[in-house]
Amino acid sequence: MESIPARPGAATAPGDIRRVATAIRRRVLEHTLENNGGYLSQACSSAEILATLYLGVMRLGPSTAPPTPRPFAGVPGADNPHAFTGADYNGAPAPELDRFIFSPVHYALVLYSLLIELGRLGPDALDAFNRDGSTVELIGAEHSPGHEVTAGSLGQALSQAGGIALARRLRGDTGRVWVFMSDGEFQEGQTWEAFAALAHHRLGNIGVYVDANAQQCDGPMDTVMTTEPLAARLRAFGAEVREVDGHDPVALAEAGEGVGEDGVPRVVIARTDPCRGIDRLRERWPKLHYVRFKNEAEFNLYRGLLAGLSEGDA
Amino acid sequence: MEIVQRPHRDNLVRWAEQRPEVLVLSADLTSSCEADGFRDAYPERFFSMGMAEQNMMGFAAGLAREGFFPYVHTFAVFVSRRPFDQVAMSIAYPNLPVRLIGFLPGITTPGGVTHQAVDDIGLMRLLPNMTVLECGDATEVEQVLDLAQAVPGPVYVRMLRGEVPRLFDPAEPMVLGRARLLGEGEDLIVLSSGICTEEALRATGALRAHGLSVGHLHVSTLKPFDDPRVRAALASARLGVITLENHSIVGGLGSAVAELMAERGIGARLIRLGLRDTYAHGASRQYLMREYGLDAMALVRAAERLVGEPLGIDEDALAAVRLETMGRAERTEDL
Ligand SMILES: Cc1ncc(C[n+]2csc(CCOP(=O)(O)OP(=O)(O)O)c2C)c(N)n1
Ligand SMILES: [Mg+2]
Repeated sequence: MESIPARPGAATAPGDIRRVATAIRRRVLEHTLENNGGYLSQACSSAEILATLYLGVMRLGPSTAPPTPRPFAGVPGADNPHAFTGADYNGAPAPELDRFIFSPVHYALVLYSLLIELGRLGPDALDAFNRDGSTVELIGAEHSPGHEVTAGSLGQALSQAGGIALARRLRGDTGRVWVFMSDGEFQEGQTWEAFAALAHHRLGNIGVYVDANAQQCDGPMDTVMTTEPLAARLRAFGAEVREVDGHDPVALAEAGEGVGEDGVPRVVIARTDPCRGIDRLRERWPKLHYVRFKNEAEFNLYRGLLAGLSEGDA
Repeated sequence: MEIVQRPHRDNLVRWAEQRPEVLVLSADLTSSCEADGFRDAYPERFFSMGMAEQNMMGFAAGLAREGFFPYVHTFAVFVSRRPFDQVAMSIAYPNLPVRLIGFLPGITTPGGVTHQAVDDIGLMRLLPNMTVLECGDATEVEQVLDLAQAVPGPVYVRMLRGEVPRLFDPAEPMVLGRARLLGEGEDLIVLSSGICTEEALRATGALRAHGLSVGHLHVSTLKPFDDPRVRAALASARLGVITLENHSIVGGLGSAVAELMAERGIGARLIRLGLRDTYAHGASRQYLMREYGLDAMALVRAAERLVGEPLGIDEDALAAVRLETMGRAERTEDL
């Protein structure tokens, strides 16, 4: 497939976004098969959200990072001048451009796959996925492609994004800060502390897209610890909330319009299906968080589905 | 060497059967922490708290105040880092019998820096009233609940999950405050904990084959750290002491040993092996153990430094050391 270059601010046809989303699912399935396990349902639920963010919402410059991911260069510290973050895959920062903060980093493979489809990562970048000494980690950290902060202790990234948004306002930047979150993160108290602070400080230059797949490790969220009614709770915390079909690129893009024009933080609750595009996953419900194939027959079944996905009918 | 599959999972169910006051709290990692068996067997004693660790610690504190024994299950990082203040003020200060069961110690997870508990022992040792235990094999996984339950105050258990080797004979019980003597000797004294003991057994085997007299103790009670046998072994070291732990060298076993030696005026050299005041990154356990020097070869190199000459022990020599379950027959006498 032709990669779709970044065109800051330019709308991408919904068909193109759907095509990218299908390609993401295909690639994530491929690597789930290769690793005999992976965060596959997250690709099913979030492919359109992330594709729409990159193609229809965020204003990002072209990647300034190498197509082949850099190896791990050591942890940040005074004695390590070589440490880096993976933010340069989202382009060089500029006052008028947006920033992207990726919070549920167990979705990393979905983001890597998207970056490949967009030509921000090279086609072979996933050769390094989950390999010793690589930055293309199973659970992303700030050195991983497309990542800017270390977010794997979930529910911490939104506060960091709030600090970045505040700094950008202090500097007079017109660019916005976009955060991608999972719904499980709304169980952490810190998430709500962050929303209180965003509203209190009138940080309207921040927009949050939530993959509301209603799933978490232990199963359906309403059996683990409900966060509903999520929209009403967020509104009570001072956010402007839009609830959309998380597989509809048009609705997803529209829901992000106007962010940065007032002092109200925006939340887009994208209601999603954790089995979208790979229907066979439904038989595994309610255990969808991490998919591991039980036997050769199941492995072959999913291998067969791979061929179907490559035809590109989302 | 026997490998036991998910020893905690079944053991918890068995152990809790006749203890109705034992509850399990979980923060969306129920199967990952092998508490799913308990949940299914005793649903009325299992409480899903969602991914909200700070709040979970407060609930555990309240339940403990009312006479229950909450066994909090989550990853070690989410016991020690995220809710540290809640553990300190809601649980440790009032000396409540909450049992914190922390999984994926140190670099045993491919989950990267956010999932690697490399400072949990240090953080928990810092807390007054807290007892700190660490499991090194399947036998200890099966016996640690008895130890924890006998403590009147809060206990942190650094737990193992999944495929766990059995190093120790179940007939040789884990004892609170007592290290296991795995070998006697006086040239070098080795103290190891957790998964590092298996590595240490390999290295000490090779070192002994080279004619060195090596004393080896496995430490499972990190706090309190006052075992007279440990003290005596440290005092007997001729060339020096080596600690090996799956943790930062700050705050863990190495620190506990350094403190003890200094306070007792034991003037031997000490080499602390572990993460050298650094975070790690996501990779396989074997790779990280090599990278950060937590393996048998790192221990051999440390021994060479204390002996003052190369010992010529290579990978093959280490691989050749066969590890059997440490049964009665192989066990050396008490000090
Ligand atoms: C603070 C914290 N607690 C626990 C975890 C372990 N964990 C990783 S993903 C996850 C589920 C979170 O829910 P969600 O992201 O909605 O799950 P998904 O939709 O991907 O199944 C949990 C509990 C974590 N990473 N961070
Ligand atoms: Mg979810």
